[in-house]
Amino acid sequence: MIKARVTVTLKNGVLDPQGKAIGGALAALGFAGVDSVRQGKVFDLELQGSDKAKAEDDLRTMCEKLLANTVIEDYTVAIT
Amino acid sequence: MKSAIIQLPGLNRDRDMIAALTKISGKAPLTVWQTETEIPDVDLIVIPGGFSYGDYLRCGAIAARMPVMAAVAEKARQGVLVMGVCNGFQVLLEMGLLPGALMRNASLKFVCREVKLEITNANTAFTRGYRPGQIIRCPVAHHDGNYFADPETLERLEGEGQVVFRYAEGTNPNGSVNDIAGIVSRSGNVLGMMPHPENLIEAAHGGSDGRPLFEGLLGKAA
Repeated sequence: MIKARVTVTLKNGVLDPQGKAIGGALAALGFAGVDSVRQGKVFDLELQGSDKAKAEDDLRTMCEKLLANTVIEDYTVAIT
Repeated sequence: MKSAIIQLPGLNRDRDMIAALTKISGKAPLTVWQTETEIPDVDLIVIPGGFSYGDYLRCGAIAARMPVMAAVAEKARQGVLVMGVCNGFQVLLEMGLLPGALMRNASLKFVCREVKLEITNANTAFTRGYRPGQIIRCPVAHHDGNYFADPETLERLEGEGQVVFRYAEGTNPNGSVNDIAGIVSRSGNVLGMMPHPENLIEAAHGGSDGRPLFEGLLGKAA
């Protein structure tokens, strides 16, 4: 079995009102010096087989087709 | 005019859309469930509003990958009129039938209120019931209606008259770039819009500013 983690984040230049609100809440809690917060998503997947190169290709295809909206999001794939 | 409504789990504005089409066209639309792989011959396909698949992953993302949507895309390619309202707009964007994305409202709040819309292009099948520049009332109800597109896409949309509805008079409820409330495809036969014209078609709704959209579609425009 292969374990993988896919991380999806907003592209640079795309406004993130949720991240901004979280930044504001951190400031309210007294955490000074947080310049910016960007919210994203993490997907942990378990894949059959042992071919890591194929798994990485498959994961990228999954990102392109479903896990990320590439109009507004970037993704990274990591086999763990 | 024959029409069809796509139904998915979690949509909740389908009955309003069926009522609007039935009242204005005199004929009930067909209903097509998400697992269907073919859509009967119709002139108009509507993806209504709601919260398909609970808005999981991203609004409209799961719905856009259901079998029926490949059939919708094929019909759109053939030139059949396709209209997505609210969640339906989100689905059309996730399918890639329209450019851009809808993000969380800038206020982070769900907005349920009336806005004003300017008809910025009255020369489409969907807006020919209106005058260019006409300002109409229309309800909105959404959490993720904040339209975004990259600068090149925006320039193309604006340059080619693909922005057909714009939030008017400072009523932009969600932070949409350029106050965009609705766009059509380059070919003009696919419309996506966040507001709900089907909820303002008769006196009992408190107004009928949404009615000309359907009358124009049905060829009943004055």
